[in-house]
Amino acid sequence: MTAKSGENIPLSIKISNYIPYLLLLPTLAYMLFFIGYPLVEGVALAFFDEQGHFTWANVNYLLYDPGSLFWDALKYTILLAAVIIPIQVSVAFGLALLFNAKFPGKNLALYTVILPLTISDVAAGLIWYVMLGQYGFFNKLLMDLGIISHPIIFFGIKNMEFLAIVMTEVWRATAIVFVIIFAGLQMISHEYYEAAEVFGATTWQRFRYIIFPLLLPSLQAALIIRTLFAFQIFGVVWTLAGRDIPVLAGEAYYAQTTLLRPGVAALYALIIAALSVSVGAIYIKFFKAKYLEAGM
Amino acid sequence: MSNEKILLSRGDIIRYYTYRIILAGLVIIAVVWVALPFIMTILYALADPAQYYDPRVIIPTSYTLKHVNQLLILGAYQATINSVIVALITIGFSFLIGLPAGYAFARYRFRGKDSLKLFIVALRMFPMMVIAVPLLVLYFKLGLADTLIGIGLAHTSMALPFVILITSSIIAGVRVDYEEAAMVFGLSRIGAFFRVTLPLALPGLTAAAIFTFIMSWNEVFIAAVLSFQNRTLPAFILNLIAGSTDFIKFAGAFIMVIPALIFVFIAGKYLVRMWGITLK
Repeated sequence: MTAKSGENIPLSIKISNYIPYLLLLPTLAYMLFFIGYPLVEGVALAFFDEQGHFTWANVNYLLYDPGSLFWDALKYTILLAAVIIPIQVSVAFGLALLFNAKFPGKNLALYTVILPLTISDVAAGLIWYVMLGQYGFFNKLLMDLGIISHPIIFFGIKNMEFLAIVMTEVWRATAIVFVIIFAGLQMISHEYYEAAEVFGATTWQRFRYIIFPLLLPSLQAALIIRTLFAFQIFGVVWTLAGRDIPVLAGEAYYAQTTLLRPGVAALYALIIAALSVSVGAIYIKFFKAKYLEAGM
Repeated sequence: MSNEKILLSRGDIIRYYTYRIILAGLVIIAVVWVALPFIMTILYALADPAQYYDPRVIIPTSYTLKHVNQLLILGAYQATINSVIVALITIGFSFLIGLPAGYAFARYRFRGKDSLKLFIVALRMFPMMVIAVPLLVLYFKLGLADTLIGIGLAHTSMALPFVILITSSIIAGVRVDYEEAAMVFGLSRIGAFFRVTLPLALPGLTAAAIFTFIMSWNEVFIAAVLSFQNRTLPAFILNLIAGSTDFIKFAGAFIMVIPALIFVFIAGKYLVRMWGITLK
């Protein structure tokens, strides 16, 4: 895209070369003040006391205090991501292939499928509380159909809450992955399909040698975005399970609002940031290597 | 016999219809899976308690606005207004700051452009919740703690990378020739932008504004950390639901879901494109 827009740029504009920096200045200043400064302040909160002396107090709290759920939070955050993301990516991939076909009512179906993108994670949590509660839709339906005789209790039981969170997250955030993959799929030129048809490619060959390789960048983007957002999981867990299923962001919120220990909250936030940055870096490195292998 | 080549064989016809039926079945499953929780939430939020607690009534038939009203009086009404104000502040600031940057990326070539753009792309994925706790410390000093403008400013930093990428993509989609023609006819660069490019980009920018609105409207962590009384809707609900009755929870879900439904049916087409741009 950069190269393309470069061609369209008239000469008169190229000469005045300080203007773009001027246009970008407000953005950079804003980022510095609202992201750069808070990051520094976050480190200060987490590792320095009010007198400005270095302290391990918050780290010690995190690691050794009996009230700290740090290891559980770390475990559950990663476990949830590991369970949820593969389901989301495969469902979204299937969905994207499905929506690539033509059928009546496609737009309406498309808008419905992306609906969860427009609601907050708190709302999603509550919606699934409606569905899975003791008097919720599922329990009533299954009991009416005679499949179960007693309602399945989801809330208050750890494993069931975990299951409820997975269902909610799959329901809520598969749409994000779907939109990315679907956008990628729509950009594949029809000429490729036609060429494949001319040469008598089977459906599987078409998928394996055209759709899949051309879709790989979209899949990777979806995977990165989903993984990084997964580390921030909060609203769904907080509404469905509270601290029964501790997660990093939830513990940060708890430390900030209930314990009133901003130092601990800041430390949790930094851990989320560190986790995101390192996983993001690993992904990019891994994918770059793949690109080089493919000679792209 | 002469038209036998046009006629499909019986096997082909069967295969075609099997394919259509499977396709239709899968689409219906997907739509029901997504839509059913929305529908049930709306029905249960408005259901009469007697019917809700009756295990035989799956789909309630008698409805009441009692619980939604109760929640609105408890503070959801004010919180909804707060949410709208915060979202509008976010749109205002993020466009004021982000639009020039988007224009720079769309229309100029300059040293460091690629790395700057990569930086913005990376920032989009940065967990913005990280800034909430330290920002509160700063806000106490600045008198911005527990203010709507404070939340709006924090949401702006979250929305800014998206706004820059979207606006740059939208402006790049408006042909530069028009802008040049306007300049040939005597408009300044700024004049050309406001009188030619901006009107042409307006539908896209409106969609981008709706996108920004949704982002701010849905954000809960930052809003909940930065406010104590003046809460946005998700932050208000998040604090209220612990220990509240099922009906208050349902009503909370109801109030949060309705705007989403409206947004999608107003701007669905644009939103799909928008997510396509920003998430790529």
